[in-house]
Amino acid sequence: MRIVEHPILDFQRGEKVTFYFDGQPVEGYTEETIAAALHAAGIRVLGHSPELHRPRGLFCAIGNCSSCLMVVNGEPNVRVCVEKVQPGMKVETQKGKGCLR
Amino acid sequence: MKQTEILVVGGGPAGLCAASAAAELGADVLILERDSKPGGQLVKQTHKFFGSKKQYAGDRGIQIGDFLLEQVESNPKVEVWPDATCLGIYEDGVVTAEKDDKHIKIKPERIIIATGAAEKALMFPNNDLPGIYGAGAVQTLMNVAGVVPGKRVLMVGAGNIGLIVSYQLLQAGVEVAAVIEAAPHIGGYLVHASKIRRAGVPILTSHTVKEAYGNDTLEGAIICRLDEKWQPIPGTEQDIKADVMCLAVGLSPLTELCWQAGCKMKYIAELSGHVPVRNEYLETTRPGLYVAGDVSGVEEASSAMVEGRLAGISAALSLGYGKDKAPQLQAEALAELKELRSGPTGEKIMNGIMKLLGKEGAAC
Ligand SMILES: Cc1cc2nc3c(=O)[nH]c(=O)nc-3n(C[C@H](O)[C@H](O)[C@H](O)COP(=O)(O)OP(=O)(O)OC[C@H]3O[C@@H](n4cnc5c(N)ncnc54)[C@H](O)[C@@H]3O)c2cc1C
Ligand code: FES
Repeated sequence: MRIVEHPILDFQRGEKVTFYFDGQPVEGYTEETIAAALHAAGIRVLGHSPELHRPRGLFCAIGNCSSCLMVVNGEPNVRVCVEKVQPGMKVETQKGKGCLR
Repeated sequence: MKQTEILVVGGGPAGLCAASAAAELGADVLILERDSKPGGQLVKQTHKFFGSKKQYAGDRGIQIGDFLLEQVESNPKVEVWPDATCLGIYEDGVVTAEKDDKHIKIKPERIIIATGAAEKALMFPNNDLPGIYGAGAVQTLMNVAGVVPGKRVLMVGAGNIGLIVSYQLLQAGVEVAAVIEAAPHIGGYLVHASKIRRAGVPILTSHTVKEAYGNDTLEGAIICRLDEKWQPIPGTEQDIKADVMCLAVGLSPLTELCWQAGCKMKYIAELSGHVPVRNEYLETTRPGLYVAGDVSGVEEASSAMVEGRLAGISAALSLGYGKDKAPQLQAEALAELKELRSGPTGEKIMNGIMKLLGKEGAAC
């Protein structure tokens, strides 16, 4: 859920666009990270760990821990907590270590 | 290859102040900042800062960050590269970075590392469930993106960060189920604790997380009481329903670049982990490589700013800038640091620094 009114902050989110999460359309804003847009849509499982296949979500949100790796426009291992939303972008949950196409 | 006199890695309060100070003495500076907006921790701090008036106490963190950034941007000798991550520092002095999907090489004459700190994790079963975040991540989601992390939060840690983030969650309209703290007393300032107590949030001291549970994402956690020896007391378990758990159990210095650059490192508990050995002027054992801020010991924004200034002045002076003014400016910064570290928390930091400088037991 996005915060609409805040006692101190005023959010500059940019332009509203649509991108795709595992094929489903999701709304996001161009100044938002992919992780923030997915969270706003209630999506918190971003991938699965390579060996035990446990669900993975955000942990640090600043590009430090690699807990949020996803496949973006076919490219695996993208840290979605620091990658901004772009219109029409295809974001997929990553299974395993990902392979380069 | 990009040339610069001084390369600053990290655009938090320490890095921004280092850049301003060095540029004011006449040096050319390049700042690399991994995030799209420089300011470090300050970009998500909506509360009014504690510390000394000289370091802008009383202003909100975000305002301090904006002010430091304006100061840097108004100086033509400083170039700021946002969205640029420093990747490595090599034997021949070449530094590599990633910017706009490109691999860039930089040849600086001096380097100041001001990469800050990262949150610590906590060990318990299922601590990897989505919905369990570092406190900083919750702040980034809430205060930078304007997205709430969930509906009901269990906060772990009653230091200043845990207390402040709990209050910010309440401000954003999120319910805080409880704040739990393993120590027998609240670590943070009473002003922050009182604000959340007044809002009806319980602060449970001598409590820890026994385990988290949830199907795919966090649904709740079992917490329990600890005895005087910090051992769980059987039969005191409580089930707290929460879709978010926020870990505010301390930070550790982000020192990868220092290790990789070959700086001598030392474990100092008072400074929150392994930190680079450095002299009074913040130069490490690798000549020409300085450190400032949380990376050299987790402390506060106020001391990070002064350390940044000291490192910036020292690096510029070593290049021959400001020979007349710099020694006086260095002395002033050292005096300010001493003053900032005069309280009870400061005493701990001073002990740590004395260990680092190899002057244990010396009067400071
Ligand atoms: C919730 C909270 C409340 C706080 N309240 C107060 C307060 O009231 N008063 C106070 O004095 N202090 C407070 N602090 C502490 C203060 O924010 C920190 O001590 C201070 O920000 C440290 O500054 P820094 O410049 O060393 O690091 P940071 O602010 O962490 O900045 C480091 C920067 O380096 C960048 N970076 C890291 N690695 C790389 C790389 N490889 N390449 C490029 N860039 C990189 C990061 O993106 C970041 O921007 C608070 C902290 C928190 C989390
Ligand atoms: S959540 Fe840590 S790198 Fe993205």
